Amino acid sequence: MTARPNTGPAIRVQGLEKSYGELKVLRGVDFDVAPGSIFALLGSNGAGKTTVVRILATLLKADAGTASVNGFDVATQPSDVRELISLTGQFAAVDEILSGRENLVLIAKLRHLKDPGAIADDLLRRFSLTDAGARRVSTYSGGMRRRLDIAMSLIGNPPVIFLDEPTTGLDPEARLEVWETVKGLAGRGTSVLLTTQTLDEAEQLADRIAILHQGRIIVNGTLAELKQLLPPAEVEYVEKQPTLEDVFLAVVGSKK
Amino acid sequence: MATQFFGDTAVLTGRTLRHVTRSVDTIITTAIMPIALMLMFVYVFGGAIDTGSTKYINYMLPGILLITIASGISYTAFRLFMDMTSGIFERFQSMPIARSGVLWAHVLTSMVANVISLVIVVGVAFLMGFRSGAGVPAWLGVAGILLLFTLALTWIAVIPGLSAGSVEGASVFSYPLIFLPFLSSAFVPTATMPGPVRWFAENQPVTSIVNTIRNLFTEQPVGNDIWIALAWCAGILVVAYGFALVTYRRKIA
Repeated sequence: MTARPNTGPAIRVQGLEKSYGELKVLRGVDFDVAPGSIFALLGSNGAGKTTVVRILATLLKADAGTASVNGFDVATQPSDVRELISLTGQFAAVDEILSGRENLVLIAKLRHLKDPGAIADDLLRRFSLTDAGARRVSTYSGGMRRRLDIAMSLIGNPPVIFLDEPTTGLDPEARLEVWETVKGLAGRGTSVLLTTQTLDEAEQLADRIAILHQGRIIVNGTLAELKQLLPPAEVEYVEKQPTLEDVFLAVVGSKK
Repeated sequence: MATQFFGDTAVLTGRTLRHVTRSVDTIITTAIMPIALMLMFVYVFGGAIDTGSTKYINYMLPGILLITIASGISYTAFRLFMDMTSGIFERFQSMPIARSGVLWAHVLTSMVANVISLVIVVGVAFLMGFRSGAGVPAWLGVAGILLLFTLALTWIAVIPGLSAGSVEGASVFSYPLIFLPFLSSAFVPTATMPGPVRWFAENQPVTSIVNTIRNLFTEQPVGNDIWIALAWCAGILVVAYGFALVTYRRKIA
């Protein structure tokens, strides 16, 4: 890998534009992600979050603007960028026909690492999948699949990880598991770009939050800064009804 | 770079080969239709078809082998389509690997899966009385032409595999390919067909390939047919490969 001291941001996006025919998905997106931080891109369905991630992951070319990862331009130096990143897409990109362990070994081999088997066993342990390791992924639950998916993304310790809606479609318990995993990543110095539809998730995980709306970043700041933009909180006393999620977690007796 | 390409392609091919060995039904499905056709033609229709001194099963096996390949490659398109929709294709494309290795892995797997199916079909043909006095060079010639035909058809299969919108769409393209041998010299001598049909049958790729394989099996001179057959295979291969790459570039930046 090219050794180049990177003092700038882990991810820098400037003036990014992308259209599909008449439809302008991105109309000039700018943001920076500081090294070792978790940055959440918050937006509703169709806001363009996945398009940003696909451009950064060298899967899609932008119409205008630049994007770089650790100083490497995604358009002109894509193979350098691929050395640095790992993508966890919107749908768990795992091989259903292989076992969990085989999936991990496969990625370790493709990253040309020594002793893929040991790497796989270590990750199975860290993601509580050891018992399921030999089973075909088609028998896994949604949460297990997502955990395996994220474990596959960590192989080779890429310094920058993209997580595209990592908890969409997961039940509350599985979501908490994924959150714990993501928090752990940033603790090890990995830079994470996370997309999500829920403010709750951004609030739980992110150091900075940007809201992507109609192809533009309309707000970008820390949670505290974002909260200042809201109308001042009024103090009201209301009986707090438990949410379905509270009930669910209480009934199933989650660890959290 | 080249060693990385071969290493990565080998790892990825190992993966797709496991898909084949773990769903043996795809091999059986591929082999069963040509075998059923063979049973029907040999034991039902064959008696009414005059193929001169050649035993009917010896006459029609080459066509059956081409049908086997045509139905086998629909699974190539299917496997590629599943990779596209599951997101694992994009995962590989965002990794620091030789990117084209992902396509080549599917192509190599297609070759292996088709060879297995062909061996099964030829085995059944032997049980049904197929015999050939052909020597090793002739058998190698048959194998070479079948492999080239498989490679050409596999690259056709890559196109719908990459671009189809549904599972059905990914495999429907193979139906006309399966049907093509019926409009050739594969089952009935072309001389018995009416004018326009005969013209089509004599000038489409399957006839020259079938005639070449048949002549190799029956130890007859292959004449010009082998060059026409090779030209067709090479032509289809080049055009399909070109379109497959265009489709690939359109899908992945």
